[in-house]
Amino acid sequence: MRIFEFIRPPDPAAAIATAAQSKTAQQGADVRFMGGGTTLIDLMKLNVETPARVLDINRLPFDKIETTSDGGLKIGATVRNSDLAYDKTVQLAYPVLSQAILQGASAQIRNMATVGGNLLQRTRCVYFRDTAMPCNKREPGSGCPAITGHNRTLAILGASEHCIATNPSDMCVALAALDATVHIQGPKGIRRVAFDDFHLLPGSTPERETVLEPGDLITHVTLMPPFKRSRQVYLKLRDRASYEFALASAAVVLTIGSGTITQARIALGGVGTKPWRSPEAEAALKGKPANDATFREAAEVVLQGAKPQSENRFKIELAKRCLTHALRTAAA
Amino acid sequence: MSNNPKLDQVDRSRRKFLKSTGTTAAAGVISAYLPAHASGAAEPARESEVNHPTVEGAVPITLRINGKDHKLNIDPRTTLLDCIRETVALTGTKKGCDHGQCGACTVHVNGKRVLSCLNLALMHDGHEITTIEGLGTPDALHPMQKAFLECDGYQCGYCTSGQIMSAVALLKEPCGPDDSSVKELMSGNICRCGAYANIVAAIQQVRKNG
Repeated sequence: MRIFEFIRPPDPAAAIATAAQSKTAQQGADVRFMGGGTTLIDLMKLNVETPARVLDINRLPFDKIETTSDGGLKIGATVRNSDLAYDKTVQLAYPVLSQAILQGASAQIRNMATVGGNLLQRTRCVYFRDTAMPCNKREPGSGCPAITGHNRTLAILGASEHCIATNPSDMCVALAALDATVHIQGPKGIRRVAFDDFHLLPGSTPERETVLEPGDLITHVTLMPPFKRSRQVYLKLRDRASYEFALASAAVVLTIGSGTITQARIALGGVGTKPWRSPEAEAALKGKPANDATFREAAEVVLQGAKPQSENRFKIELAKRCLTHALRTAAA
Repeated sequence: MSNNPKLDQVDRSRRKFLKSTGTTAAAGVISAYLPAHASGAAEPARESEVNHPTVEGAVPITLRINGKDHKLNIDPRTTLLDCIRETVALTGTKKGCDHGQCGACTVHVNGKRVLSCLNLALMHDGHEITTIEGLGTPDALHPMQKAFLECDGYQCGYCTSGQIMSAVALLKEPCGPDDSSVKELMSGNICRCGAYANIVAAIQQVRKNG
């Protein structure tokens, strides 16, 4: 691990002012905010992340879960994943979020990991984590050995010729399906970003993973008021039963009236370069009868543009079955 | 051959065995963690010197571990795990993968289980840290330690302190009554020997006996 200066900023303004001196945006930057540390310290040990300054934001006032005036939910950026998953309101009104978090990582990591950190969780692609290998995300322009190498777990949706790395988060898949909003405080003031706009596709700049600019600090995430009588399911398929990243996962928020789907929100995990919200699948479900034929058709629509790599063609059918089964479970 | 006087104070047979079989090469490795003035065997270093390495950029911190305050001066890069083991010389907490994949380093911070390998020690001033040494003593074992003994919840024992710290924290977490719920919440602790069935039995024994 490279030497760094450890700083505990007294307030958000100080944290932002210091981070704004960074040359690049938050990910891979030379000034880094530290939440739970579960991704950042791991990658610092591998010299994948080499910040010169680490800002401990754990004692800033972002650790609350509160109901908003419109009946939605405000989740502070340093709320621990376990506190969010076990929150009574989340379990009752947004169960897909609780389910997604509890199927991710381990109890210890969930006790450490923060909401803001989870949004910035970096890929588990083995080439990204190995500084002896080229990687366009870690070292722009160096190449992507994953395309001709080990790519079984990598993306089939949203990849480019420069990067096929999967976004590893479960929590973000649920937040995408719940239409969450990310709240950011930066050198130029505060702004809000729709969840689906927060993560970027790799394109020709895979080193740029989110819309964050230098100094930008995620302060909280908000959820809309609960969808009344909605049925919510997070289904995760993986190589072992627990403590493993998804090969394919699906977050489903369905509303059904008299056997007809009146509202559908769908996102997939483990298959995309970002948490994969699918408006096309949602359109394919809305107004249709809640049966297997409809569910399968929606799954076909999501995976229509999927491009498999040499080792992960199986993910296309796996993802289809994952979504179909999640929808079937939600409708049952 | 340990050059750390605090390690020498640890009266455990395995420690004595390691001392008797240590080599000068091993001593060289150990001394890399210590300040130059602590590695001279001729004049044993005082405790205060051991706790204040002369590392450039070291930061003062007070860590409260097992109810005792430790005033330390540490390199910012020091993980909570390395601080507990190498600086404070509480070696019950184990380093397995050092990347958050095995759970051997599990300790409690403010009553919750965390991985000490993925935390910087500097993040924890003012926090209440508990390690396996703070759980029970050989004469007064914690019920979970006793259950692991009775149920044979280990073979080699390397993962055991992490398993027990995890298991004790689990008692206060939302967990269904069945074995599968216990397995799910214990999935962050890997046992290379495969003592899982007995580990689950030990945890269930404590849960049933209150």
